Amino acid sequence: MESLLEKIKAGVLWDFPGGVHPPQRKKLSNQTEISLLPLAEHYWVPVKQHIGAVNHILVASGDKVKKGQALTAFNDKMSVPVHAPTSGTIGKIEPHVSAHPSGIPALSIQIIADGLDEWCEISPKIHFRTLPKSDVIGFIQAAGVAGLGGAAFPTHVKQTPNQPCEILLINGVECEPYITSDDRVMREHADEVIHGIEVLAYILEPKLVVIAIEDNKPEAINAMEAACAGKANFVVRVLPTKYPAGGEKQIIQVITNMEVPKGKISADIGVVSQNVGTVYAIYKAIYLGEPLIDRVVTVTGENIETAGNYRLPIGTPIAHVLNHVKHDNQHNERVIMGGPMMGFTVLNKQVPVTKITNCLLIPTQQELPDAPPEQACIRCGECADACPASLLPQQLYWHSKAKEHDKAQAYNLFDCIECGACAFVCPSDIPLVQYYRQTKAEIREANEEKIKAEKAKERFETRNARLERDKQERLDKHKRSAELRKQSLNTDQSAQDKIAAAMARAKAKKAQKNSTNDITKTDQNAEPNTLENTTLENSAVEKNAVESNISQSNSPIKNKAQEAIARAKAKREAKLNNNASTEEQNTTAPPSHKVESDLDHSPNEPVEADPIKSKAQAAIARAKAKREAKLKNADATATNSQKASASDSASQKEAEPKPENQRAATLTHDSTIDSNNDEIASTVSPIKLKAQAAIARAKAKKAAKLAEESKPAAHSSAESDKTTLEPKTAADQTDEQVDEHLQTSTTNEPTEISEAMYQTELEIDPIKSKAQAAIARAKAKRQQKMAEQASVTQPENAKAEANIQFDAEAKSRAKAAIERAKARRDQANQLAHGGETGSSSITNTTTASSLDSESGNSEDENANQVKAAKVKAALAKAKAKRQKS
Amino acid sequence: MILLYSLIALGTLAVIFGLVLGYSSIRFKVESDPIVEQIDSVLPQTQCGQCGYPGCKPYAQAVADGDEINKCPPGGEATIQKIADLTGREVKPLDGGDNIKKVAYIREDECIGCTKCIQACPVDAIVGASKVMHTVIIDECTGCDLCVEPCPVDCIDMLPVKGKPETWKWQLQNIEIKQIS
Ligand code: SF4
Ligand code: SF4
Ligand code: SF4
Ligand code: SF4
Repeated sequence: MESLLEKIKAGVLWDFPGGVHPPQRKKLSNQTEISLLPLAEHYWVPVKQHIGAVNHILVASGDKVKKGQALTAFNDKMSVPVHAPTSGTIGKIEPHVSAHPSGIPALSIQIIADGLDEWCEISPKIHFRTLPKSDVIGFIQAAGVAGLGGAAFPTHVKQTPNQPCEILLINGVECEPYITSDDRVMREHADEVIHGIEVLAYILEPKLVVIAIEDNKPEAINAMEAACAGKANFVVRVLPTKYPAGGEKQIIQVITNMEVPKGKISADIGVVSQNVGTVYAIYKAIYLGEPLIDRVVTVTGENIETAGNYRLPIGTPIAHVLNHVKHDNQHNERVIMGGPMMGFTVLNKQVPVTKITNCLLIPTQQELPDAPPEQACIRCGECADACPASLLPQQLYWHSKAKEHDKAQAYNLFDCIECGACAFVCPSDIPLVQYYRQTKAEIREANEEKIKAEKAKERFETRNARLERDKQERLDKHKRSAELRKQSLNTDQSAQDKIAAAMARAKAKKAQKNSTNDITKTDQNAEPNTLENTTLENSAVEKNAVESNISQSNSPIKNKAQEAIARAKAKREAKLNNNASTEEQNTTAPPSHKVESDLDHSPNEPVEADPIKSKAQAAIARAKAKREAKLKNADATATNSQKASASDSASQKEAEPKPENQRAATLTHDSTIDSNNDEIASTVSPIKLKAQAAIARAKAKKAAKLAEESKPAAHSSAESDKTTLEPKTAADQTDEQVDEHLQTSTTNEPTEISEAMYQTELEIDPIKSKAQAAIARAKAKRQQKMAEQASVTQPENAKAEANIQFDAEAKSRAKAAIERAKARRDQANQLAHGGETGSSSITNTTTASSLDSESGNSEDENANQVKAAKVKAALAKAKAKRQKS
Repeated sequence: MILLYSLIALGTLAVIFGLVLGYSSIRFKVESDPIVEQIDSVLPQTQCGQCGYPGCKPYAQAVADGDEINKCPPGGEATIQKIADLTGREVKPLDGGDNIKKVAYIREDECIGCTKCIQACPVDAIVGASKVMHTVIIDECTGCDLCVEPCPVDCIDMLPVKGKPETWKWQLQNIEIKQIS
């Protein structure tokens, strides 16, 4: 090492392989002094301008800040803060187009300048030599100094190397064409730069400080030499001009003849290098106490008349710079950030100046024409000769193009410094560097994905293991409890009674079902043809009426929810109707017709906005809409794809919104009535809500079972669809929903639930809305299942069901059903009051008719019956509770 | 006589070598990575089932058993290439589907807390509990789509993953300098 230092001192220089000599074009901008531009109106300071961790923001929108005030914190070692470039108010804090070739928005802080440019309190540390080194490093970090040369590597990190520092290398090479900012800094601020170096030297205690400058900057060399005079360990080395001599690895090679080993950093071989601009920033941070809030930027290119160097606050939008320098205002001018070799075209002119922006190049078209089309590689080998990293660019290119990432990596792709020398010399105009950058990004992404995939696999396997374990545990538990049950069954007489009762119920139900089927069949033929044309014509009118109704309603939120519900339902009905109409269109007429007449006397009362409720409704609507989509799919198989039916369905759709909207209106009507009702529970009964949730759950299950069971009995499922289709006109009519079949019982229950629910409507209660949502979910599931069934059913059935609605007989049957349902409810009340044990026998006998119609066989049946009874008990309990309160 | 000796000598040698070989084949048995494991390791582990199998491992098994190698949309061309390399088969164009990276996003104010999506997610990327809002851990989500279907209120969207500057792909436009006089 000693001899090396001697050699360096003696002025020996080495060389690096490759390199190119692009036109320098530095005279454009290095003739004038560094000048200032007027303050911009606002600045966009990106939060993360360095390599390393992201900081958290210390200011909020609307805060007043002074110039130099820290905007972000720096908690860990790898982060540096950013500071306000001027005094003013914090505007937005949001992603703003970034100073990156992609322009992907990065979180930035907007500062609206107040024009005063007032400094915050700053404390110079001229006597830094009396302070501990770690403190000085801390000041540098707090001042936000990051490498101004290229990568914005936090400077303070470089100042704490693991290895003792032999050589402190100050990089004033500035090899990239056009750029002269370091040149001007050295010319105008040589003494300050030397002061900055002294701060670094104090921390690092290097044996030698080398200031490296290319020989195309004679004034800067003179200035630095003058400033160094009398300092024993400071030498100024003049390098021959060759691109990219300014690269860290290259400059180290030139000055010390050492190569930085792969995967190591320069500090590992005892060399710390800093850019001149960075050193100047360190001077300002320590001697003046000023954080890094501005930097010298070369604004150049033949488009700029007043090309030169400007001290621009960090965050200055490029548009502001362009407004204040004289330039040919071509509208499609390109702005290149950085030099022509390594820079990139910015996405738009709101891109801010950042800590690493050393140049803004605005060239004319002649100066930097668009790249000519890429030709095939002729294997000339020029690129390999030019590569300063001794890579084989053409191989890298082949493998990059073929996306052979492994091979590209085998050719040391990641040692490429992206200098662009290879692309510069390539006679085939291949944008080699871009290929490398792309491939590097792809490899990084692939690695990331690989890690993610491994993580996913691990999670997947862990999850499977967990599920397996849970299943095992459940099985064990079931086994145990089954055994227990068996034992108790043998000993308990009442349980056996129950089973017998359930079987009796099942039988009764079957008998009843048979009779209903007969009725349905006779109805079919008796049905009169209704006016299909009238409905279609009326549809537009009706629709308008509905819309006006909706718009009358006061609450926009509710309105929306209603609309959503209406839409969802309309869809469903349209679908159902369409299904039914494939055979005979007129069957669809009755429901819509009836609806029309109902519409007139349906009150559409404005109701106060209840956000939670409307949310719940929205959820219901969504759930229904989803079911619709399902239904549609299912129908697609059953429906004829005739044009006639298609057009019919379209018109039906238009006609549909009414019933649904009306139903929604009715429900809200309920709630308003209820609000006046003294019976409303003013406090929410959690038990009730629980009961509701339980009902919903139970129903979902039951429906699932039912769907399976009712497959053979196509009639019943079609009928169930019919019942849901029936518009409800008034609150008291909901009980009329009660039907002849099991489906009836399931549809009936929801009405009861909704009654119960709407009675508690007034309380804005999240629990309630959750319960509603649960019910909605359950309904959706059940109906979905049924819809599937319906698609299997013959259209004739659908027609028959539709007809029933207008059939006198059917009405009378409905009445009978109502009575049954009422009886059942009374009974359920009794059950609730009478306690569990005593009531079980009563339930068995009286609900035999009403519980009805699960068309399955006895064992499944029993389970269902028991479940239904439980549900009813819960429901009754809930009601009893309500009445009490 | 010479014939006999030579036969004995050769026979003895044969037996010795046979024993040595037999022993070493047991003693120094190479635990080779079974092909299924290798294929599984290049699959994206999205566990989405788009290949028609209930996860990546079953598909790896199927490929090893002779199924087509182009059935994994999330893996895309890259994965097909890798499997082709592993199995020595022809590279085929992807069989349907797109492989835009996506992650699930739950519109949280619409979530009703039903936990159905949690049950569907193969990698436990959804957090939440019954009746409270759920959300997706973006970093863990593999974008498999499996949670979208079970949601009763359709509040799950599959959004394309936003690009990051770190993984942004450069366009192949370069800045030409050499024409300068
Ligand atoms: S861009 Fe990479 S490959 Fe091309 S010359 Fe520079 S270091 Fe070599
Ligand atoms: S300089 Fe261009 S044409 Fe010549 S070998 Fe390299 S990539 Fe191919
Ligand atoms: S398609 Fe691909 S990612 Fe999805 S399960 Fe199959 S192998 Fe896995
Ligand atoms: S959150 Fe959804 S898309 Fe993402 S991994 Fe889980 S199930 Fe797949």
